[in-house]
Amino acid sequence: MPFYWILPVLLVIAAVGYVLGRGRAMRSADGDARNLHSLPNYYGVHAVIAGLVPAALLLAAWAVVQPIVVDTWVSQSISESRMQEAGSRGLAMSEVRRLAAGLETAVERGAITAERARSASQSMDIDDLREAVSGAGIALTGNIAPETLENAQRYNRISAVGSAIKTVLVLLLSLAGTAYAVSQTTKEFRARKSVEHGVMALLIGAACLAIFTTIGIVLSLIFNTIEFLRLYPAMDFFFGTTWSPSFTGRGGASQLGILPLLWGTFYISLVALLVAVPIGLFAAIYLSEYASKPVRGIAKPLLEILAGIPTIVYGLFALLTVGPLLVSTFGDDGWLGVDWMDGGTAVMTAGLVMGIMLIPFVSSLSDDIINSVPQAMRDGSLGLGATHSETVRQVVMPAALPGIVGAVLLAASRAIGETMIVVLGAGAAAQISGNPFESMTTVTAKIVSQLTGDADFNSPEALVAFALGMTLFVFTLGLNVVALYIVRKYREELE
Amino acid sequence: MTDAPATIADASASRSKGSLLEKDARTKKRNAAETRFKAYGIIAIGIGLAFLAALVFSIVRNGVPAFTQTYVTVPITLEAETLDPEGNRDPADISGVMTFAYSPLIQQGLQSALEEADVETDMSASDLTKMLSSSAENTVRQRVVSNPDLIGETEEFRLLASSRVDGYLKGRVERADLERDRNLDAAHLDIVDQLQEAGVVSRTFNMDFILGTDASDNRPEQAGIGASMLGSFFMMLVVLALALPIGVAASIYLEEFAPKNKFTDLIEVNISNLAAVPSIVFGILGLAAFIQFAGLPQSAPLVGGLVLTLMTLPTIIISTRASLKSVPPSIRDAALGVGASPMQAVFHHVLPLAAPGILTGTIIGLAQALGETAPLLLIGMVGFIASNYPEGVASGFLDPNSAMPAQIYEWAKRADPAFYERAWGGIIILLVFLLSMNLLAIILRRRFERRW
Repeated sequence: MPFYWILPVLLVIAAVGYVLGRGRAMRSADGDARNLHSLPNYYGVHAVIAGLVPAALLLAAWAVVQPIVVDTWVSQSISESRMQEAGSRGLAMSEVRRLAAGLETAVERGAITAERARSASQSMDIDDLREAVSGAGIALTGNIAPETLENAQRYNRISAVGSAIKTVLVLLLSLAGTAYAVSQTTKEFRARKSVEHGVMALLIGAACLAIFTTIGIVLSLIFNTIEFLRLYPAMDFFFGTTWSPSFTGRGGASQLGILPLLWGTFYISLVALLVAVPIGLFAAIYLSEYASKPVRGIAKPLLEILAGIPTIVYGLFALLTVGPLLVSTFGDDGWLGVDWMDGGTAVMTAGLVMGIMLIPFVSSLSDDIINSVPQAMRDGSLGLGATHSETVRQVVMPAALPGIVGAVLLAASRAIGETMIVVLGAGAAAQISGNPFESMTTVTAKIVSQLTGDADFNSPEALVAFALGMTLFVFTLGLNVVALYIVRKYREELE
Repeated sequence: MTDAPATIADASASRSKGSLLEKDARTKKRNAAETRFKAYGIIAIGIGLAFLAALVFSIVRNGVPAFTQTYVTVPITLEAETLDPEGNRDPADISGVMTFAYSPLIQQGLQSALEEADVETDMSASDLTKMLSSSAENTVRQRVVSNPDLIGETEEFRLLASSRVDGYLKGRVERADLERDRNLDAAHLDIVDQLQEAGVVSRTFNMDFILGTDASDNRPEQAGIGASMLGSFFMMLVVLALALPIGVAASIYLEEFAPKNKFTDLIEVNISNLAAVPSIVFGILGLAAFIQFAGLPQSAPLVGGLVLTLMTLPTIIISTRASLKSVPPSIRDAALGVGASPMQAVFHHVLPLAAPGILTGTIIGLAQALGETAPLLLIGMVGFIASNYPEGVASGFLDPNSAMPAQIYEWAKRADPAFYERAWGGIIILLVFLLSMNLLAIILRRRFERRW
């Protein structure tokens, strides 16, 4: 409960600080705002910032640090025998945490009294407690060892003490900050400067979030990938040609080679690019070089609708419309009379639909790039007697080529990272084969299936998803960096 | 050098043969190439638009049936001795009667409905109820529990028909399909035909699909998208509350104050790269950082919102910077000239002028986030049945829920083809939302954006 109270109390302190700071400034200026260095409101806001920001920072830092400290503290008192029973210190600790949380919730919902949650220790009590806790809607697995209960109680005790200290410290800090800011306030005090410094810090912090996100992505991938590579040999992962995770969930005979997945990814992306690049490029050339204004005004937004449609829609389109259509064409009893395709989910299905999705991506990027080729180059070529298409092929395209290569690379990175279309349209069989009518699977599809299954989170079967994610991240990042570099370089050259 | 005059002479000789009125072979070839090239462009656009048309056609054709549903109107005699054995109309006793007790009543009701419609059949009563959804008992029970006065009367109930019957009326299920079907026989369909003529079986608009909750695997006829719509709504609230202020603050710093140095470059490179990171990687981040590390609840719209915020930020930052950039420098100069501090100039003058553009970018970013599916799969917003509405605002953020695209994926994964129709219908609803958001953005842009 106290946590919900801290925030309103802090807000009250801030409001009081605002009134005091502003009032004190006005008094020191004899009630005439013109004698002040800054506008009166800035003095109030200064006090608010001094009262809120350090306290909020402490609150956030405490919320991160406290569970870690309590965890290490309590986990030291787990006995050897208990550890062996549970499997590892981490597992024993997670039992303790779950029970501790269960007790808290049970007390909150009134299933047991706080007194009992604290003091129950005899083994006969444990069964009652268990019932009460599960009655409150928290499922506990297995038997509760007396030691676990003791540790859970310790956990809750230390957490409660920590929270109490936190509340006191945060409120004190807030009061001290407000008091200091108010005491600083005189008519010469440059309140606007200090408020603007604070706002600037907020702006910079917001801008840094992009960096933190990247760091967060990299850290979450790296740690779990390392964990995975400890459980599973790296050579087998990177060079294995078989992908067959065991479904028992706990280790065993899983073969987790990434090569079939990479092959599927690249094959599907290739098909997608073969569809998207010619269509997108010719559409861009026509729209930028030939189309009259009304045609351009209608066709361009219509094509761009394709880019705004969510990928789940394309996925469903692949699974339920394109797949059956392809089977009725290329499959057994199809009207082509060839028996190439067995099921609707195949490389062709996913690649075709992904190609449709990428058309507007290629066409609008290429359109921009073709438009940025200087008109003088076209005029020169036309003036020498070249036809329009000769100008496009021999003058405009060579000039725009680097940019278009960049656009295609960006489209490729999109294709590699695309998830929903391949999850629904490409099938689940991990295999290396040249037949585009067979079902194959991709890195992204396997990330989804490994992390949404029932596998234990610490098993190689689940952790492999992070290694796959890492591979995906590295590939797309590389493609993006190269593509953005080429596009930027090209822009500079033309300008 | 020496043979130059000769070639010129040759050329003029060859040219003199031709006539201005008649094109020579080479010109014809070049003109044909020109026409061909132009045709390629038209064909490319044609193919693109044809794909769009095919997509829209298949969405509309497959999705529209989800908005109607087949109901069977059954007069049911609510016998007091079964439903209220004590005879005291005590709500506690009535709600103590399980759904099981209602099925004989429904069987009788159905039989009397058949008699009224002059339908003769040798099918047993319990076989007949296969035509009804398995939710029928619960529907009747809920109405009785909420209104105990009905007991003893004969009431008309509109009960959901089973998904096979529904599919038959919509043309999805044929008689031949039912040969190996345990749930329904072709004989049932003959009865359905007669009942439809008699007006007992009818198809009407299905509000429950739009507002209702998801249902379990064997009741596709009952599934609705309402609960996951709420999940999406709470996620969008989180995205709006976080991504807009953070995105605007970051853009103001980068566009108005940031010095040109390595640190600023680093931020810029990060933003442009994050815009191109595959969405599934954000899902992994959400799983590892928010659920594994920070211990936030799985499947909660709050976590989904946080992940989508991180995904949407680059979009919002890029569009906000563009609209800040479009405010002419003279505005800033004028503000600085009359004594405003640089920060006052930005917050009091530049920002309000850029607001329409920022709003437009934000709406488009939100629309993107609304349709995003892949990261939601990893933080657990699929794989369970969103069969309850959130109980309040806090539980709306924190209790497990689904989201519209995740719900559509969930339906697409289920075995019964009746769910496919729901998935397409869900897509229509999702696209209606996206379309109206984009329209709103366009209108805002047309209405408020200033050209300097």
